[in-house]
Amino acid sequence: MAPPALRFLTCGSVDDGKSTLIGRLLYERSLICDDQLANLERDSKKFGTTGAAVDFALLVDGLEAEREQGITIDVAYRYFSTDKRSFIVADCPGHEQYTRNMATGASHCDLAVLLVDARKGLLAQTHRHANIVALLGVRHVVLAVNKMDLVDYDRAAFARIVAQFEAARAALNFLSVTPIPLSARHGDNVCRPSANMPWHDGPDLLGFLETVDVEDRAARPLRFPVQWVNRPDADFRGLAGTLASGCVAKGDEIVVAASGGRSRVARIVAMGGDLDRAEAPDSVTLVFADEIDASRGDLLCDPRHRPEVADQFAADLIWMSEEALYPGRSYLLKCGGNCLPASVTEIKYRLDVETQAQIAAKKLGLNEIGFCNLALSRPIAFDAYADNRVTGGFILIDRATHGVAAAGVIRFALRRAQNVHPQALSLDKARRAALKRQKPALLWFTGLSGAGKSTIANLVEVALARRGVHTALLDGDNVRHGLNKDLGFTEADRVENIRRVGEVAKLMLDAGLIVLCAFISPFAAERRMARELVARDEFVEIFIDTPLATCIARDPKGLYQKALAGQIKNFTGVDQAYERPEAADIVIGADCVEAQQAADRIVGWLDARGFLAPD
Amino acid sequence: MPLTEHLRRLEAESIFILRETVAEFQNPVLLYSIGKDSSVLLHLARKAFYPAKPPFPLLHVDTTWKFRDMIAFRDETVARLGLDLRIHVNQEGISRGVSPVASGSALHTQVMKTEGLRQALDKWGFDAALGGARRDEEKSRAKERIFSHRTAAQGWDPKNQRPELWRVFDTRLARGESMRVFPLSNWTELDVWRYVAAENIPVAPLYFARPRPVVRRDGALIMVDDDRLPLRPGEKPEWRSVRFRTLGCYPLTGAIESEAADVAAVIAEMRAATTSERQGRLIDFDESGSMERKKREGYF
Repeated sequence: MAPPALRFLTCGSVDDGKSTLIGRLLYERSLICDDQLANLERDSKKFGTTGAAVDFALLVDGLEAEREQGITIDVAYRYFSTDKRSFIVADCPGHEQYTRNMATGASHCDLAVLLVDARKGLLAQTHRHANIVALLGVRHVVLAVNKMDLVDYDRAAFARIVAQFEAARAALNFLSVTPIPLSARHGDNVCRPSANMPWHDGPDLLGFLETVDVEDRAARPLRFPVQWVNRPDADFRGLAGTLASGCVAKGDEIVVAASGGRSRVARIVAMGGDLDRAEAPDSVTLVFADEIDASRGDLLCDPRHRPEVADQFAADLIWMSEEALYPGRSYLLKCGGNCLPASVTEIKYRLDVETQAQIAAKKLGLNEIGFCNLALSRPIAFDAYADNRVTGGFILIDRATHGVAAAGVIRFALRRAQNVHPQALSLDKARRAALKRQKPALLWFTGLSGAGKSTIANLVEVALARRGVHTALLDGDNVRHGLNKDLGFTEADRVENIRRVGEVAKLMLDAGLIVLCAFISPFAAERRMARELVARDEFVEIFIDTPLATCIARDPKGLYQKALAGQIKNFTGVDQAYERPEAADIVIGADCVEAQQAADRIVGWLDARGFLAPD
Repeated sequence: MPLTEHLRRLEAESIFILRETVAEFQNPVLLYSIGKDSSVLLHLARKAFYPAKPPFPLLHVDTTWKFRDMIAFRDETVARLGLDLRIHVNQEGISRGVSPVASGSALHTQVMKTEGLRQALDKWGFDAALGGARRDEEKSRAKERIFSHRTAAQGWDPKNQRPELWRVFDTRLARGESMRVFPLSNWTELDVWRYVAAENIPVAPLYFARPRPVVRRDGALIMVDDDRLPLRPGEKPEWRSVRFRTLGCYPLTGAIESEAADVAAVIAEMRAATTSERQGRLIDFDESGSMERKKREGYF
């Protein structure tokens, strides 16, 4: 039977001829239809860079902006087949600012064709791409030394580049590297051996791609991520999913990784009739002998070979967002059917992809790669990416823009997650609060410096004390004198400041207190993080919406004056943005000019919602 | 006929995408355009959720200019499988008198297909629309994501697409936004036909050669499907053995001369073909970038 389609990507520095190579492959195999060729000839005259000759790159550069600028912006997928094999090609952008798209292409591929311009040798972007494909688990590489026609098909030039790459690949863990000298423009060694390079004793590119074996032959244990519960009626309950690895047969015992629940496979349901056996990457529906508690996000596996289950792990991140990564900030982590809040607790280092050097870093910017520790809001089941590309890969989603912030590949679970288990306590928050006859709450005051947060919070606390309510007040300035005196005002430190305050407030809530927090807290992401530390109905966001002009006029600490004079950096409202809350529970605006009036309103709000025992 | 390893993997991938759509969205819909890709998509949806029925309705945006055989095939399919089909016609376009004959292909497509689709998605509040488009059809499609984000105005921003790694799809939406989902992204035309053959999937009879009344117009063979097509001076319908590679509005869809009367013959003919599939689609022809432009405006 024919081998499955080969999914490969082309990458390498800009102008090394990636798109031209694919265009040439399609053309040589007569895979370009007459009407497409007519389009191409017309476009070559309009946009082409090859003079009178047909510009093959225009075949694949599909977007208008790409055709106008003569570059590849986005991954393009191309499909062709020969008598021997089908191919799916991810044609990836070379420019550095599109590195994230290149990583995207690599995540779908088993082989990379890494192009190098014979005149220029290995460039920074060549190293970057070699690193990224290695990181994403591509194990086979063709080192395609292109534009050999421009170096007179010189054997030594080719040998120099091959030697250069050999030196660089040591750390990259490729199973095979196949160097091929070629000219995409003229077709040498693309689909047939080149008469111009009789000295090349290796294969031509297409001949190699048709026969290369990239199948993972290692026996991998069963991994079945539950994707969807199929329950059309009371009589049928099946778990639908796609095998990530291994195989499953009727009668097999499986275990739900996170809960430890076990059962046997009673049926493997398919529309054409039940199957006896299924293997990766089949999509099937499993029915079990017992009612096992499993749903979307659960990972079913072989009881003898279990995945990791942890809420902390170490992973390599490829940062894909314009907005930099700061430790402590909350993202959504999506891995299989799981989508849950997570944050980076520590950036161990940033990788210099040219030199492989490990560089200390406090943040990760667009297209940077870092090795990080992550903490999740609950444990999930996963494998190391090196063992399983499905159960070991994840993305981080920006919670405000909903865009993909990062791609991650898991290296290992953190031991502290395995060995530190929550201690079950006999007394809980509800019992402690009941003794005080109150309902714990976190009152979060946010607003510009000088808005009146501390003043109003103070009045609220006084009013609550009169009612016999037990409270605590965490104030921005005070906390920075103690717990957070090691932190400054950079974006990274502001994130950490709020994270610590949130954790302290949570402990106080556990003690049954009503906690008042007065912090500028300019970023929506951190306020959300604080909100998620406590129960849904315990968090009360209070936005002291005093206009900036009023705050500057008040300037109780003289800080605006200094900030406006440039003496204080990163000052909210001056040179750092304040993200206004979109759905605060209480907004103290222009209708509430007196601090006492504001405090009364907040106490009234708490009263109406049952936080306080009746007087 | 057993599936090849290649088709088996494509099938598994598409089923995964269909299930992911149902698991991640509140109110998905399958855009059923009656063509072979829709037939395959529907077949995959039945497999993905078996023994349940596909847990979403089908939507057909009817321009009122489809081949009569397409409508008959649609109604027969829906009745046979017991599916929930929603049909939407842009009534405002009808009342303005928009038609491929009177208004030309560009305006007709814009009003009856693109705007009609937007109206239908808004009317029923669908947050994810599954479609049978393939990346091999056209260059700008080659760059489209499997889960392709649409703004609240149903627009596509090709320069700002979400990275799509492995099979981990970012399906988050803000209010009013929606997703177009393309489970057949990685299939080629040949894959589709081989799968139709292997799985014995019914497709509209227009795909198979049969004598049909056609006129030659602007280099294309246009079938005279009913009396709404005004004949130009000198045009006289002649009966020729033709079939269609893609199906759309009949005045805008060119036939090819062919004797291929069954799936096996169609596959054999296609392997020898030297023109691309969309060549018969007059609406794509304005310029190379025209598909991208239509898609940015909300065309499927």
